[in-house]
Amino acid sequence: MGPVDGITRMRRLDGKVPFRGGGFSPGESAWAATLTLVVVVALWQAAASAGLIPTLFLPAPVSIGRALWALTVSGELWKHLSASLFRLAVGWVAGTAFGIGMGLAVGLWSAFRSPGMAVVSALFPIPKIALVPLFIIWFGIGEGAKIATVAFGVFFPTVIATAGGVDGVPRGLIRMGQSFGLSHWAIVRKIVLPAALPAILNAFRVTASIGIVLLVAAEMIGAEKGIGAFVLAAGNLYDTDNLLAGIVVLSVLGLVVAWVIGRLERVFLRWR
Amino acid sequence: MSAGLRLTVDRLTHRYGSLTVLDDISLIAEPGQVMVLVGPSGCGKSTLLGLMGGLLSPSDGDVRCEGEVPGDCLNPMTYVFQDFALLPWRTVAGNISLALEDSALPRAERPARIAEMLSGGMRQRVGIARALAVRPACLLLDEPLSALDAQTRELLLEEFAALIARAGTTTVYVTHNLQEAVLLGQQIVVLSRRPGRVREVLRLDRPLAGRTAADPDLAAMEQRLWRMIRDDAAEAERERADAPA
Repeated sequence: MGPVDGITRMRRLDGKVPFRGGGFSPGESAWAATLTLVVVVALWQAAASAGLIPTLFLPAPVSIGRALWALTVSGELWKHLSASLFRLAVGWVAGTAFGIGMGLAVGLWSAFRSPGMAVVSALFPIPKIALVPLFIIWFGIGEGAKIATVAFGVFFPTVIATAGGVDGVPRGLIRMGQSFGLSHWAIVRKIVLPAALPAILNAFRVTASIGIVLLVAAEMIGAEKGIGAFVLAAGNLYDTDNLLAGIVVLSVLGLVVAWVIGRLERVFLRWR
Repeated sequence: MSAGLRLTVDRLTHRYGSLTVLDDISLIAEPGQVMVLVGPSGCGKSTLLGLMGGLLSPSDGDVRCEGEVPGDCLNPMTYVFQDFALLPWRTVAGNISLALEDSALPRAERPARIAEMLSGGMRQRVGIARALAVRPACLLLDEPLSALDAQTRELLLEEFAALIARAGTTTVYVTHNLQEAVLLGQQIVVLSRRPGRVREVLRLDRPLAGRTAADPDLAAMEQRLWRMIRDDAAEAERERADAPA
């Protein structure tokens, strides 16, 4: 098209202006989420009952449920789960506490910034599971090695997220605190920490799943109790019912942890 | 009510690296009076205000304050910020009490509304309330109305004029709005474009109460100010367009 002989063909617009906005704002439905899971499990059960899935390799949901029930009644489940929860809680809390402290130091003081980030950058890429043998030498075969693995794995992402959160605190708010003569500590407590809290809580989601991964791996390397040890033992016996029961427990554990963090965010980040 | 502080800016020069933003500035903010700083954008108005209240450290020269400060003054040099600088996780009362918490004052009452839910005008009113809560001897306002829409600005300007006249604190007010300058200023300092120098100091000795934008004298003054900074403003605009982003 374009002007030919100085004349442009005109196009006529007539009618209602078409609606072009909308979309790009997906809604959420807890109902649809639940229904999807129920349908998947139902299809799985139907396929297993119909003989389409070899149950020796992938047991039917009903068998897994039965195994779970037996484990619960016998107290076996709680024995393993309580050991795992204890290690996860202690390791995660320790790694998070030190991580937030280090992240604040790196974010606030030049003296810590480059040295701290150098150490973090050098150690962060190490697959923490490779350190389990070393931790066993250092802390013994007992709880120490597993807790240290979880804590170590949680520590580095927490440092990085906290330091990033502190970097993101609006300078204007810090200047405001200084302009009213607030002490250094008051500025950290009342301005920097609350402003960095969204980043820190976001890191909780990541570190909680990292913690679970490392916990299970460490328990598979050397433990008598714990969900990881239980799953490994079941696998060695070709006991796929119990193996998958253990995996279901891990899935539920992950969901519960995510839910708890979601509640924390609701409470602490209401202002957003 | 005390007459407040005298703030003396003496041969102040400030550089960011090799870039001189303020060059040899000498000014006196008289006790209980309003000094307005105007100038083209990028001339260092806000930097000068930051230096005057000790939020920035000058490369050369110094700022001195002298005068009697009442005993209940918790923070002699108090700022009001363009972007309000409220903590969104605190309530209105929480934001105001922030300035009081480090002092020995009794705890403020539990508040009812969250700062984020307020309109811009209400937010800046909170910013002002927070500044006045510490009973300042010198108020430093950094374009306090610039982030607001025109109508809210008009309303708050009137409130400011009344508040400042009543409080009688020494006031330094940075703005790029010349109408604000002639309505609030008793001393209007015109800065040149970067490096900022004092280009002219105008005095306007009539009381703040009763000044209106329709007043022909004030309108003439506003026009005069505009003629002074017009070429500088255009030049500063061009420089900014040329500078690699």
